[in-house]
Amino acid sequence: MSLLEVNALRVRLRGPDGPVEAVRGVSFSLDRGQTMGLVGESGCGKSMTALALLGLLPEGGLLHGSVRFEGRELTQLSDRELCRLRGNRIAMVFQEPMTALNPLHSIGRQIAEPLCLHRGLSSEAARGVAGELLHRVGMPDARARLDAYPHQLSGGQRQRALIAMALACEPDLLIADEPTTALDVTIQAQILELIVDLVHERGMALILISHDLGVIAETVERVAVMYAGRIVEMGPVATVFGRLAHPYSRGLFAAIPRIGGGRSGGGRGRLAAIPGRVPDLAALPTGCAFADRCGHAQPVCRLAEPPPLAVGPEHWAACGRLDAVLASDG
Amino acid sequence: MSEILLEARDLARHYRLPRTSLFHPSPVVRAVDGVSFELLRGRSFGIVGESGCGKSTLARLVMALEPPSAGSVRLLGCDLTRLPAGELRRLRSQFQMVFQDPFGSLDPRHTIGRAVGEPLSLLGDADGAARAERVAEALAAVGLSPADRAKYPHEFSGGQRQRIAIARALITRPALIVADEPVSALDVSVRAQVLNLMQDLQDRNGLTYLFISHDLAVVEYVCDEVAVMYLGRIVERGPTQAVFRRPAHPYSRALLDAVPRPEPGRRRRRRQLAGQVGSATERPAGCAFAPRCPLAEPRCRTQAPALRPLDEGRFAACHFAEAMLAG
Repeated sequence: MSLLEVNALRVRLRGPDGPVEAVRGVSFSLDRGQTMGLVGESGCGKSMTALALLGLLPEGGLLHGSVRFEGRELTQLSDRELCRLRGNRIAMVFQEPMTALNPLHSIGRQIAEPLCLHRGLSSEAARGVAGELLHRVGMPDARARLDAYPHQLSGGQRQRALIAMALACEPDLLIADEPTTALDVTIQAQILELIVDLVHERGMALILISHDLGVIAETVERVAVMYAGRIVEMGPVATVFGRLAHPYSRGLFAAIPRIGGGRSGGGRGRLAAIPGRVPDLAALPTGCAFADRCGHAQPVCRLAEPPPLAVGPEHWAACGRLDAVLASDG
Repeated sequence: MSEILLEARDLARHYRLPRTSLFHPSPVVRAVDGVSFELLRGRSFGIVGESGCGKSTLARLVMALEPPSAGSVRLLGCDLTRLPAGELRRLRSQFQMVFQDPFGSLDPRHTIGRAVGEPLSLLGDADGAARAERVAEALAAVGLSPADRAKYPHEFSGGQRQRIAIARALITRPALIVADEPVSALDVSVRAQVLNLMQDLQDRNGLTYLFISHDLAVVEYVCDEVAVMYLGRIVERGPTQAVFRRPAHPYSRALLDAVPRPEPGRRRRRRQLAGQVGSATERPAGCAFAPRCPLAEPRCRTQAPALRPLDEGRFAACHFAEAMLAG
């Protein structure tokens, strides 16, 4: 039994013009000590998948499918039972540390809160643990910073405080949603390093959500590429980035300029942009959602959702034209 | 040798903060602290650096949106800092700006036609019919249809809005476009479309770009030349390829090393930069980067290195620039 087993997860949200399926059948499993990345563009459903795991859907959101955590079906739990898991066994780090922290409370108090709530520690004991945690996440002058308020910290320090808060109850699963997107690159490198070290040190499982292929490639072991609410390709990072299979993954990869890539031909190179735009989730075409933007699409692609097909060991892609796409490499 | 379009000389912009104590002078932020560069017509010049390095303030100075504390900005030979308001306004048709946030830079209650045509009405150029023609031409140049002029911003996606912002900058037929993080708010696949569009427009109209970004890969793709800023000063400047392939300043190298790259088999663990950017109010006596620099020696903390010429037309402000290039 895996730590986390997600099966055929669907999330339906209330949209301005009727219901919208933000997540359309996502399945994966994750064990302690394993790290996984969800990558995709805005609206692909990566954050909604994470929120669904925690039972944190927006007003009117409906969830189908199954999320089993240590064998317990989370979708059947009451709000009270979920509250006992959140911040305790499953913790989350958000993108914008300024909005995720309460500006009116000292960070020491905010880190101590889950300890008092879930572990029943006295506020004094919790403060002691909070000091140790802040020290562990590399906050300079940690004990003195317990009394600091979020506005007195830099962006990187706030993110460190948020990570300390997430770690407080030694969760089994850490979900980090774009944890470094608001940070500068040199600080991003420090924070990613910290997350990876902590995951190894504590044997946690990690789900890292990012739009940045580089962040995913360098931080996690397994990657799932999402498009329009579905995972279109999944596999070990080294294998997937070594041989991208789904036309969307390939397009995404080709569209990013690369350092040292220069401009091909010495002068004016062009980036390979993916034509068109992400489809409206309220009006998805039948069949493959990427077909309208795909250079390999055939009429068959528009008939039904393509099933996952094996590309290599533990590496699959949901593309009806997989053979042709892979053969096009020559 | 092509013509120098823009020339910044010893530009500085200092902001005075509120007094913190009765007995001390109020602290001063040196947002931009002695920056000089030249921009050739038809070329792209990139400015990179982390938050607070002064790159956006520099853009505002070049756009004459605020006066510098010292130094000058010359565009087409005119010193923008000394020009009377009326002449400056007329010259503004020659330099336009594109901002980062395509959601904040368009008025939600104005049609696209009005937003794009606004610079023309402000300049008093062109009557109604001619203006409508120029709007259609600008929209066509960025790949939108003339019918889009009657629509409102909310009807467009982020990438399309950034196209609209570019059309608005193009409509005065400027020589220079200052773009402050123009693609940072866009998704990867859309970002490529906008970057390609910016290149096409440059090829077609001989535009000059001052391109400000924290994304080094985007700058390498767009810019012929690049300047790396740290705490208000340029620490390295030169042809983009040379600087990115073989940085001569330890800060440039640290920035490049920190960028995560999607390459199979590449793992993290690299030279990591300790600490965070220092304060722009208390600039240390020597090199501002010394407290974080792996190469720093005692003299770095007392003698500030000047920006000096090296090989391949590049400049670096580091006592160890030669050693960096050799190593």
